[in-house]
Amino acid sequence: MAETEIKPLTLNFGPQHPAAHGVLRLVLDMDGEIIERADPHIGLLHRGTEKLIEYKTYLQAVPYFDRLDYVAPMNQEHAFALAVEKLLGITAPPRAQYIRVLYSEIGRLLNHLLNIAAFALDVGAITPIFWAFEEREKLMEFYERASGARMHAAYFRPGGVHQDLPAGLIEDIGRFCETFPRHIEHLETLLTDNRIFRQRTVDIGIISVEDAMDWGFTGPMLRGSGVAWDLRKAQPYECYEDLEFDIPVGKNGDCFDRYLVRIEEMRQSIHIMQQCLQQMPEGPVVVQDQKLTPPRRAEMKTSMEALIHHFKLYTEGYHVPVGETYTAVEAPKGEFGVYLVADGTNRPYRCKIRAPGFAHLSAMDFMCRGHMLADSVAVLGSMDIVFGEVDR
Amino acid sequence: MSIIQRGLRSLFLGELLSGMSLTFRYMFKPKATLNYPYEKGPISPRFRGEHALRRYANGEERCIACKLCEAICPAQAITIEAEPRDDGSRRTTRYDIDMTKCIYCGFCEEACPVDAIVEGPNFEFATETREELFYDKARLLANGDRWEVEIAANLEKDAPYR
Repeated sequence: MAETEIKPLTLNFGPQHPAAHGVLRLVLDMDGEIIERADPHIGLLHRGTEKLIEYKTYLQAVPYFDRLDYVAPMNQEHAFALAVEKLLGITAPPRAQYIRVLYSEIGRLLNHLLNIAAFALDVGAITPIFWAFEEREKLMEFYERASGARMHAAYFRPGGVHQDLPAGLIEDIGRFCETFPRHIEHLETLLTDNRIFRQRTVDIGIISVEDAMDWGFTGPMLRGSGVAWDLRKAQPYECYEDLEFDIPVGKNGDCFDRYLVRIEEMRQSIHIMQQCLQQMPEGPVVVQDQKLTPPRRAEMKTSMEALIHHFKLYTEGYHVPVGETYTAVEAPKGEFGVYLVADGTNRPYRCKIRAPGFAHLSAMDFMCRGHMLADSVAVLGSMDIVFGEVDR
Repeated sequence: MSIIQRGLRSLFLGELLSGMSLTFRYMFKPKATLNYPYEKGPISPRFRGEHALRRYANGEERCIACKLCEAICPAQAITIEAEPRDDGSRRTTRYDIDMTKCIYCGFCEEACPVDAIVEGPNFEFATETREELFYDKARLLANGDRWEVEIAANLEKDAPYR
């Protein structure tokens, strides 16, 4: 009997597949159960954020950053706020810096909780997601008490933060920091030693240090391979220099190591948050320059000058001197950078957003090749993809 | 842990049993869920929900048609037209908010110099049709009248921080 050549089966994974983490369309060329080629199709959530920002004043651009990586919104705002501050040549007052770091770390917890739980769900464990969402709810309550919104906060503004933390919030976050490590342990009890979880993740999606660097990996994806690269340590911004924390690194660069790195990062985040709460200085939360930040409300209602500033800032905004900057922060997913070109007007000339998820997803083909179909879900889960930032 | 201990733990499904016992213990913990329409989670005075136009205590509408909210709105969801009224005061003849465009950033409330437009504590304003979400001035003022007590209390609580 003559042998017949069978063409590889083309399989569409997503965009409605629940394990596609949003709207990823993955075209898989399958040789039986083995992936020969994985071709990610992106752009289903493209909203033209970068172009939109060119037509918004610097203040109006802030809420758009919440909507990039909507799992940890404030970390994105942070990059934009820092970029604008760099162009304006100002630094946020110390209290604002501590509040920002505090909320960036809350964002990291939000992100890692969701990622670990969704990853576990993808590989067959349903319980962690219920527990993680309970903790996420508490964290989003902290978001809401500070900014007024559970997710799309618009809280970090160029020059500081919008409002001071309300009374009692610092104590409540402190109490949360005491109880939260126990929840990490519970998650670990369910997952770390669990044989099903290990069988699905150990030695899956291995990426070496060289490959990880070549593909432009950052964040836990790079640290999982064993490179201790963290922008908070490598190029400290805000008050990270004064805070003590460790960078967890993996050994093998597989899905399991990336999971372990995220677990340990949550512990380090709690440590950073506790230090922030202890060291939080008093003082203003936004630069006291009435040409850049609106006056206080009581002042605006009594002082003519303040009222003029208020009207100017909410219509025209402030003008940013000509210049360009690339400012990056260590977002929970990796290096989140904003390349901002200012042309001296009240709007950015160009705003390029470097989303870590985009670089990670581009390595999907490289990491999946030769793996089984079910492993693509594990690789995708460990990549921590959020389509808000990949598609922008 | 020695190899023998690890082997025994693995043989007798140790890690699975410890996981199951943990989930079993969670059964006796107090419930974290809320019976939603009857129970609701707490919200802070800063919460940014459904918009409302407020009035002064004498019934006069606060909005003076300065159009700051229209200017700052990043989503361009607000449309205002204004004319002098018969008594000579400048008031809006049209104040529309397209709630399908609104991104609930709270900038309109921040910008308003007379505390007229506010984002109140109401988050249950889902509708059956899209058209119902194009709010006009009458609807916004009605919202203001309905939520005035809560809105005023929240503004007062948040006043020291603004």
